[in-house]
Amino acid sequence: MSPPSVIGQPISRVDGRSKVTGAAKYAAEFDPGPRLGHGVVVTSTIAGGVIATIDTAAAETAAGVVAVLTHRNAPKLPYREHKADVDPEDGERLHVLQDDRVHHHGQPVALVVANTFEQATHGASLVRVTYHEEPALTDFGQAETRAVPPGARREDGGHPGETRRGNADAALAAAAVRVVAEYVIPREQHNPIELHATIAAWEDVTLTLWDKTQWVDNVRDEMAAVFGIPIENVRVVSPFGGGAFGSALRPWPHVTLAAMAARHVDRPVKIVLTRRQMYGSTGYRPHTVQRVALGAERTGRLVALHHEGIAETSTYEQYTESLLDATRLLYSCPNVTTRYRVAPMNVNTPTPMRAPGEASGLFALECAMDELAVALDMDPVQLRVRNDAERDEDADLPFSSRALRECFRVGAERFGWERRDPRPTSMRDTSGRLVGYGCASATYPVSVEAASARVQLLVDGSAIVSSAASDMGPGTYTSMTQVAAETLGLPLHRVTFELGDTRMPTAPVHGGSITMASVGSAVQAACTKARRQAFARAKRPSADLVEVLRQLDYSVDVTVHNEPDDAADHYSMHAFGAVFAEVVVDAALGTVRVPRIVGAYGAGRIINPKTAHSQAIGGMVMGIGMALLEHTVVDARSGRVVNSDLAGYLVPVNADVRDLEAIFVDEHDPHVNPLGVKGVAEITLVGVAAAIANAVHHATGRRVRELPITAEKLV
Amino acid sequence: MHPFTLERPRDVATAMMLGARGAPATEYIAGGTDMLPLLKDEVLRPERLVAVGAGVLDDRIELGRDGTLRIGAAARMTDVADHEGVGETFPLIAQALLAGASPQVRNMATLGGNLLQRTRCGYFRDVGVVACNKRRPGSGCAAMDGDNRMHAVLGGSDQCIATHASDVAVALVALDARLRLRSLDGERIVALEAFHRVPGDAPQVETVLAPGELIAAIEVPAGAALARRSHYLKVRDRVSFEFALVSAAVALDVEDGRIRMARVAMGGVGTKPWRMPRVEQALAGARCDGTAYRAAAERATDGAVPRGRNGFKLDLMVRTLVRALEIAGGQA
Ligand SMILES: Cc1cc2nc3c(=O)[nH]c(=O)nc-3n(C[C@H](O)[C@H](O)[C@H](O)COP(=O)(O)OP(=O)(O)OC[C@H]3O[C@@H](n4cnc5c(N)ncnc54)[C@H](O)[C@@H]3O)c2cc1C
Ligand code: SF4
Repeated sequence: MSPPSVIGQPISRVDGRSKVTGAAKYAAEFDPGPRLGHGVVVTSTIAGGVIATIDTAAAETAAGVVAVLTHRNAPKLPYREHKADVDPEDGERLHVLQDDRVHHHGQPVALVVANTFEQATHGASLVRVTYHEEPALTDFGQAETRAVPPGARREDGGHPGETRRGNADAALAAAAVRVVAEYVIPREQHNPIELHATIAAWEDVTLTLWDKTQWVDNVRDEMAAVFGIPIENVRVVSPFGGGAFGSALRPWPHVTLAAMAARHVDRPVKIVLTRRQMYGSTGYRPHTVQRVALGAERTGRLVALHHEGIAETSTYEQYTESLLDATRLLYSCPNVTTRYRVAPMNVNTPTPMRAPGEASGLFALECAMDELAVALDMDPVQLRVRNDAERDEDADLPFSSRALRECFRVGAERFGWERRDPRPTSMRDTSGRLVGYGCASATYPVSVEAASARVQLLVDGSAIVSSAASDMGPGTYTSMTQVAAETLGLPLHRVTFELGDTRMPTAPVHGGSITMASVGSAVQAACTKARRQAFARAKRPSADLVEVLRQLDYSVDVTVHNEPDDAADHYSMHAFGAVFAEVVVDAALGTVRVPRIVGAYGAGRIINPKTAHSQAIGGMVMGIGMALLEHTVVDARSGRVVNSDLAGYLVPVNADVRDLEAIFVDEHDPHVNPLGVKGVAEITLVGVAAAIANAVHHATGRRVRELPITAEKLV
Repeated sequence: MHPFTLERPRDVATAMMLGARGAPATEYIAGGTDMLPLLKDEVLRPERLVAVGAGVLDDRIELGRDGTLRIGAAARMTDVADHEGVGETFPLIAQALLAGASPQVRNMATLGGNLLQRTRCGYFRDVGVVACNKRRPGSGCAAMDGDNRMHAVLGGSDQCIATHASDVAVALVALDARLRLRSLDGERIVALEAFHRVPGDAPQVETVLAPGELIAAIEVPAGAALARRSHYLKVRDRVSFEFALVSAAVALDVEDGRIRMARVAMGGVGTKPWRMPRVEQALAGARCDGTAYRAAAERATDGAVPRGRNGFKLDLMVRTLVRALEIAGGQA
């Protein structure tokens, strides 16, 4: 008899206890022995130019300092070619301490290694650097005029500069109702609570790294390329992540620095970036300016859609994202053009931040849709339902499944949308403050990457399942344990899932909402095979795996590599959702509060409703931040971030967050992957800021097109 | 962080002796909630820290028979906010305290340290920025034409426009608080309003404290008539754990629907906690109604100088003040 299904059960995190008791070990907490040296980075204080002088004398003689590395004495590293999915197609990563060039504020220019962290910190403060400053492009307004179309081709995974379906210009000119508007989103920072950290230790020719990363295999590959050593000589360990949201997709310069320094001083070296340093080093969501033009018939049918976006990038890498991708498929519209430009500036390279592209792009599109609803005098939910697409008109493929309409139906009902009086400023709460309801569509693509998993079925009746995956917080440990237990037919407590070590079977990046689909499918396939083997080897027939295992002389050990099938060639695969937000606005003081958000999502099968719900409301919290608070303030004169700490960079606190509810509508998608999962990480951020901005308009009659929506924009 | 030694003197005399000596460079530390970030960011690089928390300085909170409130400088924000007598007699102080920082910070932070907290100006706190007259006299002011959204519109000079970020100082200034300062020369009493200095040509000098001089206690004169109709209103970007865009402390003595006397101060807008005598004068004798509140509140921006991104504060000041007056005074 097989145990009751554990997939779909709200299981508490299997690693919860270890996290709250402190037993879970994060990168900086590993102990490679008493010889550990501490590295502290010295960063540039100009945006562009060359280093003129570096005076390291005081630092070198300071107590406890072991070495000071600068471009003058740092080993020249091979930096062999290496590009992963998480690296921009165009350009080349920063080569750390390889020359005297400064490309941006916050670039590492020296590393001080000392016996203690305090000594290294002090040593770093004694390094004196002078520069020959050169004109640098730090003002987005200026850079914007020199923006270029992305270089990488769409076939290579690039994001196209121009796309066109039908003739949007002509259709727009002829449209009965038009909306044209510009939307601005400032740079935003991931700000995970765990600081970025790496410990590097060489043993002869092999390198071990304990690193905060969302992808151990790629850290291994990149370090092998940077140091010109075989991949087999690098091991990367990262069992836990204290949040990342994309900031740990790529190895940043400090990872190389740690390995470089460890070899230089012949001791293990640990580097923990400071919060301030992360603003200049670990990427961010780029500042974007987007222009949207919509044309519609009086009935609300979209006839023209034009969406263009300009984003900042660095001078050495061209970061692009799926800013305009969703626009091409979210609604049915015969005439669509998109135009994408990137503006190179003297800044560090942006990097994916939760729902990269969609979060920004759909803010613009979904606010514009709300403006169109107002122009049409039509209910915003109605407008979206009317323009729902039957197939992906961009790829010209059917959707594997699409629950947008259902999400709007379920979400609107749960939220109480029918109580909305459509007239702006018409609703008030009991203390007289303005109340607004807003909504927005959400979507995020589903992709599956190749992944492997190993299953060991032990003769004591337990199972160890492993894959070099990652868990930065969503609950990979828990959901994989569920998939394995279910597939094997073992109770949960007999299954242990392990991740975060390059010695385990390969796994793709822990980003883009692909872990459940990719690693989950591999785990499922490996467990199916292992179970079959166990039963084949059973001495006495039994339906119970535990019983079978106990009869075995030696354990079952299988590794399965799972390649995605060709479903993506036949179907357009996306998760869809509808977000509803209520705001309360103090009209006199300009303060906006969000008492309620309801999101309904068609995200395929939900493996664990508890962790999925946590992840979803986490996305909503981030959406409140995006709408009302988050803003990396860059001084346009210098290119330096002004608010590079958590006192100046505001994210929501508990008091900002009230009732959040995520509903997962029933969705059975037989095409996406064997598990039928779509991922819930990113989509739950998408649309939240737009729903809030639209609610603010409904409450106040004021259309704020530049985030964050702060008091001065409303009074 | 620059290496330092930490002295834990057993009494205040020893503390002051250590503090008064010019070398090695010495700073006092109480709860450390502001000092530690400043040390870590290397904004301050003292060689020696002298601990002046409870045990060295008084941390008692006493309500005298005459109604005077005396708060030892080492009293913690939490303890003052929770003190029954303070809550009943000076609710304005308790409200301002609870509107500041977070419970964790308030559990550590002292009132003395609160009055002496340094500005939140981002250019001041990032030593990677060259131009900051307050941190490096004569180097310029990056905020003047830069990101000055949070900066002061009152009391600034062309050298510095940094806001004084304390909440409770605003309430205390409104209530005519005075400070007992102690040095090796003895004790002196200074009105809180005269304690902080506007930046002028020397933004690095923030108070009238002499080298080594300590805040020993804060005294608030009896103000029973004002207690019942007072309110501290703080407008900020997020609901909690954030400094003020604009705040208002108001206390009204009302009789028969008329204001006999008003005390008004504002935060988030001045280079020091800003008392508003013109608003007070305009309120004195006025009826408790929206028109009077509005007319008086308009006086708040007399002399205010917007510097770019903080221009919105002028309008917001008036609105905030009107709201605070409505809440405190009600409508006659
Ligand atoms: C994240 C955060 C948010 C905050 N938000 C707010 C807020 O919203 N509102 C608000 O008002 N405050 C806020 N604060 C500031 C906080 O209230 C102050 O940091 C705190 O009150 C300082 O007290 P302390 O005892 O920790 O002082 P310390 O950090 O120990 O010292 C601060 C300064 O005072 C000096 N000093 C201390 N005691 C004496 C004394 N008796 N005599 C002479 N000099 C002395 C020290 O030398 C030092 O220069 C916030 C702080 C943080 C960290
Ligand atoms: S406002 Fe004052 S503290 Fe801020 S940069 Fe200017 S001088 Fe420095």
